[in-house]
Amino acid sequence: MLRAENVTVRFGNRTAVESASFSVAPGQWWMLVGPNGAGKTTLVNALARAVPYSGGIYWEEREIKSFKSSDYAKKVGILSQINGIEYGFSVEEVAALGRYAHQSGFLRRGDAEGEQRVRAALEMTGLWQMRGRCLGTLSGGETQRVFLAQVFSQDPQLLILDEPANHLDLPYQQQMFSLIGKWLAQPGRAVIAVVHDLALARRYGTHALLLKEGKTVAAGDARRVLTREHLLSAYGMDVHAWMREMLSLWAD
Amino acid sequence: MKNRNGGFFWYEYGLGCLAALATAAVCVSMGSVWLPLADVWNAVFGLPVSKESYRAIIVWTRLPRVLCAGLMGAALSLCGAAMQGLLRNPLADGSTLGVSSGAALGAALSIVLGVAIPGLPLAGAAGMAMVFAFGSLLLILALAYGMDHSLSTQTIILIGVIFSMLVSSLLSLLITFSGEKLRTITYWTMGSLSGKSYSQALLLLGALVLFGGVLLSMGRELNAFAAGEENALHVGVPVRRVKLAVMAASSALIGVCVSVGGSIAFVGLIVPHMMRLLFGPNHRRLLPLSMLAGAIFLMLADLLARWALSPLELPVGVVTSLIGAVFFLFIFHRSRKGGRRPC
Repeated sequence: MLRAENVTVRFGNRTAVESASFSVAPGQWWMLVGPNGAGKTTLVNALARAVPYSGGIYWEEREIKSFKSSDYAKKVGILSQINGIEYGFSVEEVAALGRYAHQSGFLRRGDAEGEQRVRAALEMTGLWQMRGRCLGTLSGGETQRVFLAQVFSQDPQLLILDEPANHLDLPYQQQMFSLIGKWLAQPGRAVIAVVHDLALARRYGTHALLLKEGKTVAAGDARRVLTREHLLSAYGMDVHAWMREMLSLWAD
Repeated sequence: MKNRNGGFFWYEYGLGCLAALATAAVCVSMGSVWLPLADVWNAVFGLPVSKESYRAIIVWTRLPRVLCAGLMGAALSLCGAAMQGLLRNPLADGSTLGVSSGAALGAALSIVLGVAIPGLPLAGAAGMAMVFAFGSLLLILALAYGMDHSLSTQTIILIGVIFSMLVSSLLSLLITFSGEKLRTITYWTMGSLSGKSYSQALLLLGALVLFGGVLLSMGRELNAFAAGEENALHVGVPVRRVKLAVMAASSALIGVCVSVGGSIAFVGLIVPHMMRLLFGPNHRRLLPLSMLAGAIFLMLADLLARWALSPLELPVGVVTSLIGAVFFLFIFHRSRKGGRRPC
């Protein structure tokens, strides 16, 4: 589906991402991991066409820069880190914004299929009951779910998520990831997610790209990427030992 | 109330248009001389009226003025709603980019120095105002684009504010040397609708159809902008193109408005807020509603301006600011107390 080839992003003379390469196929869940400043979000921004990059990113062999905004949005949906909204829009209205790319014609009429999609997305994220509420009255976790519903109703083939579980309590984290897993279970879909929690990355990811200061430490099968040695070189600490120590607190 | 696109049904727009027409009729009939509504109807359709002198008042004085007021109110509010949506800033309106200050400077230059551009269809000050409005628009967009290729909202707002301040200081300088021409300049800076003609109404209508049409078609895009430009980009909005289109269209429309009636304050700021408080923030409804409400609002404000202290006429900007502020406070207060707020 999506293939990145030697993607490099520079801000002035600082290199944020240096020749990252990976290829995403249907059914795969790629985890972008690495310590702060590794270039995970910058890479997501390059995939979102929000920052200039060199190298190539291809959607089915076509450079993504050549897509029309709305055509690209039909293929790739992106949930970014900071989300809020001005003025009192309702949950349903924000979720329905995801249908933008699918509505064509001068008047951009609402489509019947779109209504179904929005409703399904709201039900899936558990927001149908509160669809009329103002976004400003929701908690952080609920707001995050609204934007997830938006990207679900966008109905892309590839979902790119930047820290989807950020600010969420453990039960919500679990809920969020199982929702994304459920979404991924449909054929022809794939996910790329930036995560900080290595346990989550290991639990849900089929593939991983481990970055450190913009450089790729390892890429590929999650089990082979998220090894003790790789994590040690990326984070400069023995992650496994640390996690075991944390768990041992509940051992008895 | 709303159909599935978030817009209104056609008959609801029809009702709004009827309300605007009724307001126009009332505004033509009222004033320093009271004219029966039947005469307004008859005069407009060329039928006999009760007194022949009424015909001239209705057809040649009041009707073009009321038309101009309505069209300008619609244009100002539409631009305000669009700019508030685009910049996600509740203090924005059509003049945020500094175009209306530029236009006022052009008018003042023409008044003080007697400069006029030969061959322009409209008399000196109006022509200069329009030329300056478009000049300012180009200058501001070029500056913003040169400094920041992504045209970020902060850059736009800052450049607009700096430009407005620069132009206002030049305007103050001009006023210092203006002597007895001060009143005429005030006419431009406060706005006035007296002595308007059909050709000016036609000019406004043309601009409203052309540029207003562009703005009205951007409802969905502006909704997407409300959740941030990044989010708009992600759902597939061509962000930079939409931004340029909205800024250029609303500034051009404001430029034409200022050249016709001076810079009338507050209409573009407050009418969209009132509509948002009453009917919610969805731009598919907000844009057309603001247009209709703006037309009604400015027609009534102008009626008050010429009638309250008649035969003395108030600058219409004073009236719009006064009623606007009070009315807005009232609605805001009511909505905060849990009145009818959409969600």
